[in-house]
Amino acid sequence: MSNIDFQRSLSPYGAPADSAPRWYYRLHIDPILVVLLSVVIVYGLVVLRSAVDGNEALFNAQLQRMGMAYMALIVAAQIPPNFYLRMAPLIYLLGLLFLVLVLFFGVTVKGSQRWLEVPGLLRFQPSELMKLAVPMAVAWYLQKRSLPPRLKYTLICLVIIAVPALLIGRQPDLGTSILVFGAGISVLLLAGLAWRWVLWSLVAMVAVAPLLWQFVLEGYQRQRILTLFDPQSDPLGAGWNIIQSTTAIGSGGLFGKGLFQGSQSYLDFLPEARTDFIVAVMGEELGFVGIALLLVLYLLIIARGLWLAAQAGSTFGRLLAGAFVLTFFVYLFVNVAMVSGILPVVGVPLPLVSYGGTSAITLMAGFGIIMSVRTHKAW
Amino acid sequence: MALELSIKDQNQEVELFVRRAITMFVLVVLMLGLIALRLLELQLWNHDTYKSRSDDNRIRVQTLAPPRGMIYDRYGRLLADNQNAASLALTVDDMDDLSATINLLTDVLQLSKQQRTAIYERIETSRRPDVALVVIDSLSESQVARLAVNRHLLPGIEVVNQLVRFYPFGRVAAHAVGSVRRLTDEDLRNADPVQYSATTFIGKRGVEAYYEQQLHGQVGYQKVETDALGRVRQTLDVQSPSQGKALRLHLDIDLQQAGVTALDGRRGAIVALDPRTGGVLAMVSPPAYDPNIFVSGMTETVFAELRSSSYVPLFNRATNGQYAPGSTFKPIVAMAGLAYGTTTWDQVIEDRGAFQLPGQERVYRDWAWTKDNSGGQGMVDLRRAIYRSSNVYFYDLASRTPIKDLVSFAGEFGLGSNLALDIPHASAGLLPDPAWKQGAKGLPWYPGDSVNMGIGQGDLLATPLQMAVVAATLANRGRRVSPRMLLETFDSNADSTDAATEFSGRVGDVGGRATQLALEKVNAEDWENMVQAMEDVVHRGNQGFRGNGTAWAYIGQDIDYRMAGKSGTAQVVEISQGEEYDEETLSEFDRKHAWFIAFAPVQNPTIALAVLVENGGGGSSVAAPVARAVIDVHMAQQQAMAQHAVTSSNRFVAR
Repeated sequence: MSNIDFQRSLSPYGAPADSAPRWYYRLHIDPILVVLLSVVIVYGLVVLRSAVDGNEALFNAQLQRMGMAYMALIVAAQIPPNFYLRMAPLIYLLGLLFLVLVLFFGVTVKGSQRWLEVPGLLRFQPSELMKLAVPMAVAWYLQKRSLPPRLKYTLICLVIIAVPALLIGRQPDLGTSILVFGAGISVLLLAGLAWRWVLWSLVAMVAVAPLLWQFVLEGYQRQRILTLFDPQSDPLGAGWNIIQSTTAIGSGGLFGKGLFQGSQSYLDFLPEARTDFIVAVMGEELGFVGIALLLVLYLLIIARGLWLAAQAGSTFGRLLAGAFVLTFFVYLFVNVAMVSGILPVVGVPLPLVSYGGTSAITLMAGFGIIMSVRTHKAW
Repeated sequence: MALELSIKDQNQEVELFVRRAITMFVLVVLMLGLIALRLLELQLWNHDTYKSRSDDNRIRVQTLAPPRGMIYDRYGRLLADNQNAASLALTVDDMDDLSATINLLTDVLQLSKQQRTAIYERIETSRRPDVALVVIDSLSESQVARLAVNRHLLPGIEVVNQLVRFYPFGRVAAHAVGSVRRLTDEDLRNADPVQYSATTFIGKRGVEAYYEQQLHGQVGYQKVETDALGRVRQTLDVQSPSQGKALRLHLDIDLQQAGVTALDGRRGAIVALDPRTGGVLAMVSPPAYDPNIFVSGMTETVFAELRSSSYVPLFNRATNGQYAPGSTFKPIVAMAGLAYGTTTWDQVIEDRGAFQLPGQERVYRDWAWTKDNSGGQGMVDLRRAIYRSSNVYFYDLASRTPIKDLVSFAGEFGLGSNLALDIPHASAGLLPDPAWKQGAKGLPWYPGDSVNMGIGQGDLLATPLQMAVVAATLANRGRRVSPRMLLETFDSNADSTDAATEFSGRVGDVGGRATQLALEKVNAEDWENMVQAMEDVVHRGNQGFRGNGTAWAYIGQDIDYRMAGKSGTAQVVEISQGEEYDEETLSEFDRKHAWFIAFAPVQNPTIALAVLVENGGGGSSVAAPVARAVIDVHMAQQQAMAQHAVTSSNRFVAR
């Protein structure tokens, strides 16, 4: 191991081994990232305050969840990357087991079977765990191999990614499935997957698309895609969400109608205003400026995250941290694109802003891991 | 494992990562740029489109029903009021699952099965599923509270405040004032769809129906902000509806009440007119119905009972009940005889209790006839023929008066036509003549038909309203008036009053108004004599059985004002020759109808009325006391007003 230590000390990107670590690195916290995250969270709470329309209980519940999310971040940051590395395969296999269990014993909520329940004790979504476990497993698998990965290893990685993604898609939970898939692919892309393979895969996907359309997609999923192109074909049914959300955003204009003044959300035209469509509330009440500010904050978080990832002390750490950052982006892109009518409606919350705690806790745990790989000493 | 690890080139891997991270970051920026472009498209370039779409979403224009004009009696007492009622409205389009919502509603409000069925019926007859439809009219306070608690479970359901008609006097004034009913599709086809777009009730009977146009008012509009479930969150702009005109009727609720009390549960009718104007002071027709049940809604069984009752409470006997006038017709025969020269005040005949046409066997009996032929009034002149109500005198007179003269003269009193200005559905009665008989029965006019007509029997039919006009015409000494309900209309919110003559066209006008009426050509002295004879009916007393007025014994002994009247007792079934009328053996509906027409005071009369008691018996004994009771109230009122120097011409001031 001393060999690696030596190399790290030479690396222009790794933490300088000789300089005394800053105080906050001893706490395994990156203050810049924490501040950026906190700004987004507070901003999100302000908008949520409007979206809950005076429902104090909901707002307080979200405050509590955010507290838990910070805890998750701090705890995840304290655990050394080495532990994640060793646990990666175990967590992944455990997650797979849970997903299979969900398939048979899961609790059905709103038509999809996503939850595992130990009656009276706890209830959780294994798919949420997979958002962390899949990139961890891929990074674990690749860190032992020379990069860029060879075809064989790439294919094995694809299997590691595809099995849980497909299981989650079966629940059905297309949104999470996309996120899990995106998280896994992010690792491969950061590991140097050849661009021509990426290109070929895209070509292949376009070729297979009609088959997917015909045999894989469910009727309602097809409907959602059709609706994207012609929302007015069923304005009160399938098109309702997208018509109302684009109306909300569009009517906001440059500066918005003012906080707490959004008629679309206050008059309940906007569906899921607290959760998946909260960016429409922001767009309506705070206008283009309001969303742009959020997007800039997100961009800064991504930049800082990638910067931290690049300075990680190991390949595993780099890949894992980088993949989390990109997953975060997939989250926000899919959500905002969906709400503004670029992508079909899939259930993906706006990271750190939407009401509902599970995704915020997972995300913050992910940021904790990013900080962990940056701040822990060589291992 | 360790071998492969050592092969890995850390520096190279870090560089690869950095390159990839930068590439990915550029991709991120590009994709966020795409989103920013999309947002600019929505929020900047197409902002106006979405702005108006958002406004269309939230803003709805609603029509507001105008408050219906109030109806007052002649002294300003409220006959038809508007009351605030919490009603339940539902919008079918805003409901996810209609039957589930109504099931829940049934539980929450503890509705009966009938109420539930009624809701479905109303939904089925609804015109538009996107408009709130009132399905329950008056909710109790606890129902409103329970709805408020469960509001979130009941999309498309709302409590609306609605003004509904309330008739404070209920059945007392039911037939006169009329009632409103829920607007139906058919009503809407006949009415202005814009003006009635928010209206839920329309006048269906009586004054409410005839003056619908004036009472209804002008529709208003409001812009409201509604949420996605169609609930009104706030009002943005209002153009208030304007209330319909208030009506002041000639009706006097005291007389109305007195009439109901005097009839005391008996079937019948009273119509009292102001002989000077023709204004209807009272119009009573018991048994009546409570007009308020048409507003609050009633169960099928109640309605079926109302409709099928053999006492027909929905039927307005005062305007549509047609009865043989009996002896109340005699003054008309008398005046016709004077006008056409077939009798004089001095002419005397001998009344032996029966009359026979020359060469015919049939015997026409006097009311006082008995089997042993001890009846008969003795020597009778016209005045005595009136106050004793001698049938024989009028059999004789009618048989000698040309039928066409008798009929045209009776027609000028309003018989056979509806003279009322604002009671369009009043019946015309039946004034038979040879042409009618030939057409309806295919038989020629026999002299016996004239004889029967002489005592107001035969095919002759008149309504109490028509007989009240006869009384008024006699009171006016030949000046006929047309009955009217409306005294004046006025703006509900202002003090200004409109002329009372705001009639939208005369109803049932008799032909030949241009030519002078024959009854106007009759001598003033003859009218005065007739009035005196009718005065005798009431006031001539203490002269022995054959010398007293027919009604004196019943109403004339303690009266402190002068009143003229004429009784009538109309046969319902024909009594065969040689048999006596025996009330006991006849069924309830076969007994004689009791009539009394009267006016008072004799000089400058202010009231003229007709009373009918269905199957009541003798006119003098049964109907006359009812007439007296009503006139007593009127006279007491007049006296009180004279004392307070308040005249009826005083300006009426709205509450």
